[in-house]
Amino acid sequence: MLEDYIRQRTEERGILLMAHVVVGYPDLESSFDLVKAIVSAGVDLMELQIPFSEPIADGPVILKANQSALTAGIRVDDCFKFAHRVTQSFDIPFLFMTYCNIVFKHGEEQFFAQAKEAGIVGTIVPDIPPEEGTSYLAAAAAHGIDPIFILSPTTTPERLAYLAGFGRGFFYCVARKGITGAKTTFSSELDEFLGRCRRVTQLPLALGFGVSRKEDVDFLKGKVEVAVVGSQALRILNTNGVEAVEDFFRRLR
Amino acid sequence: MERPGYYGQFGGTFIPEILVATFDQLRAAFEGIKKDPSFWKEYQSLMSTYSCRPTPLTYSENLTRHFNGPHFYIKREDLNHTGAHKLNNVMGQGLVVQRMGKSRVIAETGAGQHGVATATMAAKFGFECTIYMGEVDMARQRPNVFWMEQLGATVVRVTDGDRILKDAINEALRDWATNMDTTHYVLGTVCGPHPYPEMVSYFQSIIGSEARDQIVRQAGRLPKRVYACVGGGSNALGIFSGFLDDTQVDSVRDPSDNHSGILRVKVSNGVELVGVEAGGEGLETRRHASRLASVHGSVGVAQGYKTYFLQDDDGQMLETHSVAAGLDYIGVSPILAAYYEQGIVRFEAATNDEVLAATRLTMKKEGIIPALESSHALACAFRETPQMSADDVILINLSGRGDKDIFTIADALGDEGWKEFITTKAEAYSA
Repeated sequence: MLEDYIRQRTEERGILLMAHVVVGYPDLESSFDLVKAIVSAGVDLMELQIPFSEPIADGPVILKANQSALTAGIRVDDCFKFAHRVTQSFDIPFLFMTYCNIVFKHGEEQFFAQAKEAGIVGTIVPDIPPEEGTSYLAAAAAHGIDPIFILSPTTTPERLAYLAGFGRGFFYCVARKGITGAKTTFSSELDEFLGRCRRVTQLPLALGFGVSRKEDVDFLKGKVEVAVVGSQALRILNTNGVEAVEDFFRRLR
Repeated sequence: MERPGYYGQFGGTFIPEILVATFDQLRAAFEGIKKDPSFWKEYQSLMSTYSCRPTPLTYSENLTRHFNGPHFYIKREDLNHTGAHKLNNVMGQGLVVQRMGKSRVIAETGAGQHGVATATMAAKFGFECTIYMGEVDMARQRPNVFWMEQLGATVVRVTDGDRILKDAINEALRDWATNMDTTHYVLGTVCGPHPYPEMVSYFQSIIGSEARDQIVRQAGRLPKRVYACVGGGSNALGIFSGFLDDTQVDSVRDPSDNHSGILRVKVSNGVELVGVEAGGEGLETRRHASRLASVHGSVGVAQGYKTYFLQDDDGQMLETHSVAAGLDYIGVSPILAAYYEQGIVRFEAATNDEVLAATRLTMKKEGIIPALESSHALACAFRETPQMSADDVILINLSGRGDKDIFTIADALGDEGWKEFITTKAEAYSA
């Protein structure tokens, strides 16, 4: 379903935008206003990050938002309620992004049951590689939610083929080494990497890590189906507020 | 058969995709040295010419007399170059880095011992070096920051999270995810994703193999109990590894009865292994770092591996507390978590107060200044002396020396002379 949505919408729009919101940062009401602003700017998909105290794959901007949300007292159950509210209010697909321990402690079965109930269609959990994800994958499949896996430029061709076997919905390709929020130079190296990804999978590709300007999105048009914007929008939120974020997304494509 | 990197249900490799290739490379390099018969000789020779291996085993007759037995034997890891067992692991990994052809090393540090050891290794091998250290730990252990910098390392202050060891690990992982082509991450303890728990305990096993030979030679028999402090668990696994074949576990804890606090472990005749965690201000205050000895730990997955963590119902990590920075950590080795569930190691906690008293007694009676971390093992052994007979032999791993803790110990003891010295010094600097 996620896959079909992306294909169909890409035909209409050329390239899709996926935004990222840390639930409960700076508080739940503000998060809701942010989601509303981003949706009205025409964004096509959204990751809702359930905060975790040890987000090892995130850079300083998202890390601080995680910590701030936790300090403000956000609980996992609040995130489910929040997801339910936004999926009822807005007509785009929402995914959960979080870390293994949140899913594990909640109970994988319970986590996916509640995610389904909340209207979530996919999950991105960067510290669960398929080798460690047997029960995670089973629970996702049982509830018809797409577990999204990540492909990186350091992934060997053999491993790309292995990961392709676990693909549902789309693949999240990271543009470079490192963590979220740092600068990326978009180059022909990226083309080669995306070529390697295309050779192993028919699924749509999303590209993230360092997408921050209209030029980046233009560059990616025709190369991937989805451009993922995370830290840059959060930076704008921190300095100029929610209206500036809406404006930023309107001008991205 | 267990999956590689798993110890019972614990361990694993929960890492972001970007690091998978780097871990493959590291695993291959480690498998290579394990199969290479010349490696261990090279390692031992390096440790005997650059550090003080084998470190001595000291019979502590004054402590023995003070408690009316048992016979105290202390394994002197404090006499290693850089003052702690940390160097064993670091030099081993240095040899691995050489074989992988990398030019830069990074590390996290809590007490600063692992950071100093890594900076030392980097200087010796000619590697570039960056150390991540939490802001809180930097304030507690400023002298070690000074030495790391003098040894040529860049020390990065970590201001995120609780600004302690776990946060330094997160930052080091982020650096590694960016610079893995040139850089090796020298993880300091038997935690983290596979192969770290296995690799670090492989290098630290040098403690246990020496200690077993020494105690049999010097005491004429095996010890009744072996005590070691447990932060991540590297000095404990190091010494325990020499005695694993000597333990006799008659009946093990019922696994469905996890953490009820009811022990069903019975060890008879064999050597009993005792891991001592940081009791902080007391287990009942919840201000501690006891993952296994308290009922507050539960199984989770963080920082790339599965073990017992101090965390809330949602899986958010809790703040930990200890007078000893090196024990102030949310998780514990997956290997020790498995030994805990199998009843191979008994876990206890020692409070800050007990630790300071033990430090003081050991200085006065034996002329040894133990690190506050190591004093946890001493404190527990002292507390348990009434359970033992005068003829029994016990072995304590003194993982490091306490000079580095001068500020903390002087504060805790309320030493007026020291206070005056610092005040005068501060006035001179600000003049």
